[in-house]
Amino acid sequence: MLEFSEICKSYPDGWTLAGVSFTVEKGEIVCLLGPSGCGKTTLLRLVAGLETPDGGRMLVDGEDVTYVPPHLRGFGLMFQEFALFPHKDVLGNVAFGLRMQGLSRELVATRVAEALELVDLVGFEHRDVNQLSGGERQRVALARSLAPQPRLLMLDEPLGALDRALRERLMDELPRILRQAGVTAITVTHDQEEAFALADRVVLMRAGRVVQVGTPEEVYRRPASAWSAHFLGLTNLVDACVVGPGQVETALGVLQVWDVGCGMRDAGSAAKLLIRPEAARLGDAGPNVLHGTVTERSFRGGHYRLGVRHASGVELAFNVPASANLPASGETIVLSLDPQALALLPVVGEAD
Amino acid sequence: MKRKMVFALIGVLVLTACWPGPAVPTEVPVPVPTTPVQPRKVRVMTHDSFDISEETLAAFEAQYNAEIEILQAGDAGVVLNQAILSRDNPLADVLYGVDNTLLSRALEAGILDPYDSPLLAEIPDYLELDSQHRALPVDYGDVCLNYDKSWFAEHGLTPPANLRGLVQSEYRSLTVVENPATSSPGLAFMLATIGHFGETGDYTYLDYWAGLRDNDVLVVEGWEDAYWGQFTYGSGGEGDRPIVVSYASSPPVEVYFAEEPFEEAPTEAVVSESSCFRQIEFVGILVPKGAQNRDLAEAWVDFMLGTTFQEDIPLHMFMFPANQNAALPEVFAKFALIPEHPAEVDYAAIEANREVWIEAWTETVLR
Amino acid sequence: MKLDKGTGRQGDKEKGRQGKSNAVSLSPGLLVSVPLAFLLLFYFYPIASILTLSFAPEGRFSLAALGKLIRTPYYLQTLWFTTWQAALSTLLTVGLALPGAYVFARYDFPGKSLVRALTTVPFVLPTIVVALAFTAFLGPRGLLNLALMDLLGLDRPVLDLQHTLTIILLAHVFYNYTLVLRIVGTYWANLDPRLEEAARMLGADRWRVFREVTLPLLSPAIGAAALLVFIFCFTSFGVILVLGGPRFATLEVEIYRQTIQYLNLPLAAALSVVQILFTFALMAVYTRLQARLARPLELRPRRVTQRRPRHWREWLAVGVNVGLMLALLVTPLAALVERSLTLSATGGVSLAFYRQLFYNPRGSAFYVPPVAAVRNSVGFALATVGLSVTLGLMAASVLDSRGSARSPRPRGLRLRRLLDPIFMLPLGTSAVTLGLGYIVALDEPPLNLRTSPLLVVLAHTLVALPFVVRSVLPALRSIHPNLREAAALLGGSPWRVWREVDLPIVARAMLVGAVFAFTVSMGEFGATSLIARPERPTMPIAIYRFLGRPGAVNYGQALAMSTLLMLVCTLGFLAIERFRVGEVGEF
Repeated sequence: MLEFSEICKSYPDGWTLAGVSFTVEKGEIVCLLGPSGCGKTTLLRLVAGLETPDGGRMLVDGEDVTYVPPHLRGFGLMFQEFALFPHKDVLGNVAFGLRMQGLSRELVATRVAEALELVDLVGFEHRDVNQLSGGERQRVALARSLAPQPRLLMLDEPLGALDRALRERLMDELPRILRQAGVTAITVTHDQEEAFALADRVVLMRAGRVVQVGTPEEVYRRPASAWSAHFLGLTNLVDACVVGPGQVETALGVLQVWDVGCGMRDAGSAAKLLIRPEAARLGDAGPNVLHGTVTERSFRGGHYRLGVRHASGVELAFNVPASANLPASGETIVLSLDPQALALLPVVGEAD
Repeated sequence: MKRKMVFALIGVLVLTACWPGPAVPTEVPVPVPTTPVQPRKVRVMTHDSFDISEETLAAFEAQYNAEIEILQAGDAGVVLNQAILSRDNPLADVLYGVDNTLLSRALEAGILDPYDSPLLAEIPDYLELDSQHRALPVDYGDVCLNYDKSWFAEHGLTPPANLRGLVQSEYRSLTVVENPATSSPGLAFMLATIGHFGETGDYTYLDYWAGLRDNDVLVVEGWEDAYWGQFTYGSGGEGDRPIVVSYASSPPVEVYFAEEPFEEAPTEAVVSESSCFRQIEFVGILVPKGAQNRDLAEAWVDFMLGTTFQEDIPLHMFMFPANQNAALPEVFAKFALIPEHPAEVDYAAIEANREVWIEAWTETVLR
Repeated sequence: MKLDKGTGRQGDKEKGRQGKSNAVSLSPGLLVSVPLAFLLLFYFYPIASILTLSFAPEGRFSLAALGKLIRTPYYLQTLWFTTWQAALSTLLTVGLALPGAYVFARYDFPGKSLVRALTTVPFVLPTIVVALAFTAFLGPRGLLNLALMDLLGLDRPVLDLQHTLTIILLAHVFYNYTLVLRIVGTYWANLDPRLEEAARMLGADRWRVFREVTLPLLSPAIGAAALLVFIFCFTSFGVILVLGGPRFATLEVEIYRQTIQYLNLPLAAALSVVQILFTFALMAVYTRLQARLARPLELRPRRVTQRRPRHWREWLAVGVNVGLMLALLVTPLAALVERSLTLSATGGVSLAFYRQLFYNPRGSAFYVPPVAAVRNSVGFALATVGLSVTLGLMAASVLDSRGSARSPRPRGLRLRRLLDPIFMLPLGTSAVTLGLGYIVALDEPPLNLRTSPLLVVLAHTLVALPFVVRSVLPALRSIHPNLREAAALLGGSPWRVWREVDLPIVARAMLVGAVFAFTVSMGEFGATSLIARPERPTMPIAIYRFLGRPGAVNYGQALAMSTLLMLVCTLGFLAIERFRVGEVGEF
């Protein structure tokens, strides 16, 4: 439905957004993920029409909207800090877009009621927005942007300003609300957990360029580069040399890798081995056995985060299910690594 | 760097502002007799047009070992009102600047104390309007029509010779006058017409003004606007009225303050046939006999009536000295026309009828 | 100053009783007593003195004059005219200056400070000088008419604005444009542009965005500026008298006439009372409206909200607005400057008049050396700025009478609501009456200031104070109480909180107030032209002296001194605006 083709924009201070291209299907939730300064918010503002690109095109259902002013695009934008109108109450805020469409008073009232029900704020019509809690304001902002039924809704860091409990809850609710409303959405975030929870597809960005596009599973399982892996919190990267199909030699020893793309590597080629945090199990039952010392151990609720140092000096971090005989910090530990949780990344052409 | 400069600038300004240096230089190195006594202060309240030379003031201060403080506020009307309102606790020792249009008000308020100055002998009787010598005449000026000589020459018109001429059709749209309700020369000119045409008879002053109105006379609020804004000569061509109500002293003053020296005065006053009104300015003592500064106040009044001060008046205040022994400066002697018979209106009548006259005038001219 | 050590840990019950959040209150009673005492001593006392004196001409107090006034149609007509010309002037000024304020709020462009300084220069000029400038520009033989006559091949002047309502309105806009530009522009600069973006995303075109979002959010600042402009035009004196001519009269003109011309004190006092009451009533209505409209905003710093124009359309908007400003406000001044540099005899350019300013050929004792005049003017002005900004900040802090979120009706709210109009009263009071009040009242020690230079500063401060309060108050009211509470909970004493939170945010508004105070003083507003001044002549006084007598040289010097005044003021404005202490001034 939505197609971005070679969007670029440069700023006087030298920063550029270059050649960004991707598509969004109808009803999909796409997430732009990347660190601050990667251009995701700029891209969002370009999509919204609040700024014009220097080059490239934007097509909606085949129609070129690159230079259409924002109020005529039919897009919605939920701002990071909500930007609620302080001089209007909840009703006034939510009804705003509907009034701009010129709907009749009754229709406006109906749609507002629907929107408020969608976000579970029934009865809040005449409350003063300045006196609402953070979560309530977020939901008013959401209702406001959903009410006019935009053909594309953009959300800038939708869960960023919330406390943990609310974040968790909304990470479940938001996709549900969006799907229920049948709206196509682009969200923007720097938080990988939020991106994976909300999105059908993820667009990973870095320094003004798109680095990888895929479903959350794809991006997580096979990050396109070492940088992507680092950004996603996958820090266990070791140099490896392919010695045979599904086998690599590393500083940790020879390890078995059951990775789809593994067979395509020639023996002797260099690569980076990615060991996902959930790869480790306590004990030595399994093909890849690792001996090391626990450097740190912290309890995270459902699992322990363990820092382990191998004899070769390599430091790794694992999320290990909580169990009774987990060694304490400073003790030795024996772990076995699940070959399915290992992946090979290319080593050439990526500057870290 | 910029911030420091700004601070420094502000600091310097504050310091220099606070520095109690001489705000107006009144000190002139005149040898003072070495008496150990501190100079006593005498205060004079007057209007903003008061001006005299430093030398003259210094001469007084030296002679009497005194220090003069001059308080100025607006015009004569403002100053008089201030004096009246502060009569129980006078602001100053001497009041100067009350003119004959305000004399009655001053005398009725009883703020001036009589003083028989010996120098009154040198002043012509017709100027001494107050027989009780509460208000003593210092100078006088005549409010007259002034016209732009070059404009009339260029347009081939004869300049007006008297008041009557102004209502003739050839002088249509050529005159600018000041509103008597807001301007002192404006009031004086209206009084000139009252003195000239009278209030009763078949051609009163109101008939005259009706004629002026029909002849498209322009009324403005004050002398500055009339002279610098509307008068063809004063405004350098931006105004379009070659006839203005000003003073008989204006032509010589124009010569004196010209950019390049003039052979002839560029403007001339219409002084014949009682076309002018004489404004006489008075000085009076505010503090009663026996008050602390009374002697100094009297000394100052004497000084004002003496030739030293009187001869300074024309070039500083652009009025004519009351003292008949005072010599006129050359530029005045050469270029000033002094009316022999200015129009006269009794000063008591002025105060009594002021409001009525102005109201009638307003009715005739403006409504 | 009593400093509350409470940090908000007291029970909610106590909080509710005390009204404003305990953590941040600075004993408002003490704070307001200083500016209130100032007003009492130097406004209420003199006014009461002169009014009681005026209403008791023969020793017996009687309000007959007031009754007579109400029954005379002429005075009622005058009141009506005064009101509607002020309203019309205000509408016109706000309408014309709002686009200018927008351009100044949102864009950063070269020469911005200078243009803004130039728009404030008209404020300091004596009316007669402005009248002469207008004549030079708009008169029958002024620049504009001559140009039009040339262009259209006519021999009669095209524009005849002399003594018309149009020229009164034009002059009012000329004077007051800067009030709207500075007060609204500064406030607008900190408004979050994302609110407007959100509205656009919701389908509002630019006009609807302005109407639905921008205008309501700007209303506190627009209201403050409009009020000042209205009161200023309501008490307009010189403009009506000189430019309007003898057919127009406002209350102020009548008061002047009755007092100075006729010494009819009872009638003058009655007119003054009407003027004061009217101002007070207007202010009371305004205060109610504003307190309801003021709401805490998410303010953004200027480095985020302002940027250089990028699009050619934006450059055009900036250019057109600046062009209009310069055309309306600066060209008359330029005509003046040009006259001061031209010898009328030869038509050549020369600095002769400027040089002559430094000479005293007649040895006049009242010769005003330019340096002394500048020094005196600036000295008085800086003292006025210091005093009025201090008092104004104190007053504004107290008038910012919102409670915390949990107790929106603090004790004493009604009293505070009354204070706002009271601080504005000096602006709506006749300078003539006040001047006489000083003569009558301030004659005994310790207040025997009738002839002291200090009185000049006090009189100026009285007029400047309302400007400071009106500039600072909208900014203060827009600070979210959470910010103060957050700072307090981080360990800040009320003084620290004020210094670290309030001050940086309102600093620019404060600087705007400072500029106005400087302007008011340099232009010798208010009663100073009517009090007995000792020998500290200022630049406006020097200008009047020159204009008071004929002679081309005097006229030239008057214009030269006027140009000097404009120059000093421009420099002063630029210096004040650049004032930065720490982060104060950057927001």
